Amino acid sequence: MPEKIIESFQIRRLDILNEKGEANGPLMPALSDDLIKKMYELFILLRTFDRYALNLHAEGRIGTYASVLGQEASQVGSALAIEKSDWIFPSFRESGVYLSMGYPPRMLLQYWSGDERGSRVPDDLNIFPVCVPVGTQIPHAVGAAAAAKYKGDKIAVVSYFGDGGTSKGDFHEGLNMAGVMKLPVVFICQNNHWAISVPLKQQTASKTIAQKAYAYGFDGIQVDGNDVFAVYKATKEAVDKARQGGGPTFIECVTYRMSDHTTADDAKRYRSQEEVDAWKSKDPLLRLKLFMEKKGLWSEQYGKEIEEKTKEIIEKEVREKESTKDPDPKDMFTYTYTNLTLRQMKQMKEVES
Amino acid sequence: MPVLNMVQAINLALKEEMQRDDSVVILGEDVGKDGGVFRVTEGLYDRFGAQRIIDTPLAESGIVGAAIGMAVYGLKPVAEIQFMGFIYPALDQILSHASRVRARSRGRFSCPLVIRTPYGIGIKAPEHHEESTEALFCHTPGVKVVVPSTPYNAKGLLMSSIRDPDPVIFLEAARLYRMIKEEVPEGEYTIPLGQARIAREGSSVTIIAWGSMLHRTLQAAEGYDAEVIDMMTLSPFDEETIYNSVKKTGRVVIVHEAPKTCGFGAELSASIAEDAMLYLRAPVMRVTAYDVVMPTAKLEDYYTPDVSRIRKAVEEILKY
Repeated sequence: MPEKIIESFQIRRLDILNEKGEANGPLMPALSDDLIKKMYELFILLRTFDRYALNLHAEGRIGTYASVLGQEASQVGSALAIEKSDWIFPSFRESGVYLSMGYPPRMLLQYWSGDERGSRVPDDLNIFPVCVPVGTQIPHAVGAAAAAKYKGDKIAVVSYFGDGGTSKGDFHEGLNMAGVMKLPVVFICQNNHWAISVPLKQQTASKTIAQKAYAYGFDGIQVDGNDVFAVYKATKEAVDKARQGGGPTFIECVTYRMSDHTTADDAKRYRSQEEVDAWKSKDPLLRLKLFMEKKGLWSEQYGKEIEEKTKEIIEKEVREKESTKDPDPKDMFTYTYTNLTLRQMKQMKEVES
Repeated sequence: MPVLNMVQAINLALKEEMQRDDSVVILGEDVGKDGGVFRVTEGLYDRFGAQRIIDTPLAESGIVGAAIGMAVYGLKPVAEIQFMGFIYPALDQILSHASRVRARSRGRFSCPLVIRTPYGIGIKAPEHHEESTEALFCHTPGVKVVVPSTPYNAKGLLMSSIRDPDPVIFLEAARLYRMIKEEVPEGEYTIPLGQARIAREGSSVTIIAWGSMLHRTLQAAEGYDAEVIDMMTLSPFDEETIYNSVKKTGRVVIVHEAPKTCGFGAELSASIAEDAMLYLRAPVMRVTAYDVVMPTAKLEDYYTPDVSRIRKAVEEILKY
C-alpha cells in the first residue's frame, strides 16, 4: 500500500491595522467612534499606569512589578470583546485586561505592593486574581467553562497566558480537555517572544503557537498582537462562538514585551537592543493614533486632554493606595478556611498580643 | 439497615449527595461507564449520566485544575485520583491553587471540592499504587485531610466533605475497601470534620491511628488496657480528644503507614510535647513505615507496621 497524506492543516493569520495606521477595509470590524476612542484612552491609561508602577517600584514604594509595555493591543483589544458576564482567568501580566474590565488601578498597585486586599476582585467582575505559577490557570478556565456549560449559562471563559505557558503540561491537559468536551473557552496566548530570558525558538519548535490548537481538535488563529482591531475581531468571534456552543478557540497574539520580564529582571543580559528597536516601529499605540488621525478622531488637543485626565486619575489612585493603612495581621488567618481552626485561633491571639 | 463495605458506603454517600444537590458532579479517569477501578462510582453513570459523571482524559493536573474551575464557578466537584501514588502531577494544582483560592481572592471565591483517592498498602499492586503521603497535604494550610476507617464513618465523613465550603482531600484506605462490613444507614447523616473518636477505651496507654492502621492497632491493643483513637480527620486535627486521653493515660504510641521522617506522627508527637508534656510518663513513641521508597508486593509487609511492631512499642512504653 502506498503512503498517503491523511491530514494536513492551515493556520490563518489576521492583520487589519498596519504600521502606517491604515486599516484593511473588508476585514475591519464594525466599531463605533466611541469604542475606538475608548481603545485609545485605555492604551493611555495602561501606559500611564505602567510608567507610574515602574517609578513607584524604583522609589521602593511597591514591590516587584511586571510591565505590560508593548502588549497593550493584545490586552485592551481582547478585553473589550469580553462581556462582564464572561469569566477571565489571567496570568500575572494582564494589568491591561484588569484595567480594561474596570478593575480599580489602586487595587492593582496594592496587590503589587504586597497587600493582598488588592486581590479582592470587585463583585461585579468575574476576573480571577493574578496567577503566578505559569500556565496553571488554564485548567481552571476549562473547569469553569465545563461548569457554565453544565448550568446552561451562555457565557464564555477566557484564559490568558504567555508563550512560556504553552510549554507546561497544564497547557496540554487543559486544551485537550476543552477540545474533548467542546467547552465555551477561549485561550489567548500573548506570544511576547520571551519567557524571562528564553526566546521563543527555545520554547517551541513549532512554526506558530496557534497551530497547536489543531492537535486538540479546534480552531487556532494567529493575529498581529500589536493590532488592536485584529485582536478585538478575533476575540469577539471566539467569545461569540463559545457562547453559541461552538466550542473552544485558540488565539495567538504575536506581540513583544518591550520591558524587562519584571522589575527584578534585566533584559539587556539576554536580548539585543536591535531587536527591541525593531519592535518600536510596530508600537500598537502609534498605529492606533495614526489611524485615528486619518479618521479625524485624534487631535493634539484631544491627545493632551486624555493624557492629562489619565495622569490625574492615576495620581489620585496612587494617593489613595498610599493612604491605605497596612492590613491587620489578623487578615492572614481570615481566609485560609471558611472558619478558623482551633489552632489558628490560638495563633491569631498570639499575633494580636 | 443495610450492611455495607467501604466501597458501597462511599458509593451510597455519592449517590445520595448527587440526588440531593444538582451541583455535585464527579470527574476522573474511568469513573463513568467503568464505575472506577475499585468500582466506587459503579452505577452512578447510568443514574446521573455523562453530564455529571465525567470520564476525563488521563490527566491528574488537568482533573484537579478543572475541578478547581468548576468549584469556583459554583459546582461541587468530586474528583477521583485513581491512586494516591498518581497524585504527584496534581500537587501543583492542590498546593498552588485549591488551597489558596479563598486566601488569594480574599474570600471573593471559594473552592468547595473533594479529591477522593485510594491510598495505602494491602492490595499488592505495582509501584505508585500504595503510597500514603497524607503529610504533604497536612502541611498545606487551606486544605482539609480526611481519612475514614470504617464504612459508617466513610459515608458520614464524605457527606460532610462534599458539603464543606473548603477543599478536602478524602483518603480511602484501599486495603479496607472490602475488608470490613457494618451497618450503614441509608439517608442523610454527617460526621463533623475535625473530630477524632475513641475507638476503644482504656487507661494505661493511648494509641493513635487512622485509616487501615486503625484495625491493626485495635488488634494489637487486645490484652492491654489501651485507649485507641481513630483520628478520622488529620487536618485540622482534634487536639482536645488527644490531650484528654494523654491526661488519662500518660503514654502515647502513634501508628502510621507512611515513612517516619516528617510523617503526621511527628506533628502529633510535637504537639503533645508542647501542650501536654506534664501529663506524659514516657516519651511519645512512633510505629511507622521505614524511610525508604515504598516497596512493591514482596516486601510491603516488612515495610508497614504490623501487630507485633505495635505491641513491641506498647510493651516498651509501659516499662516507664
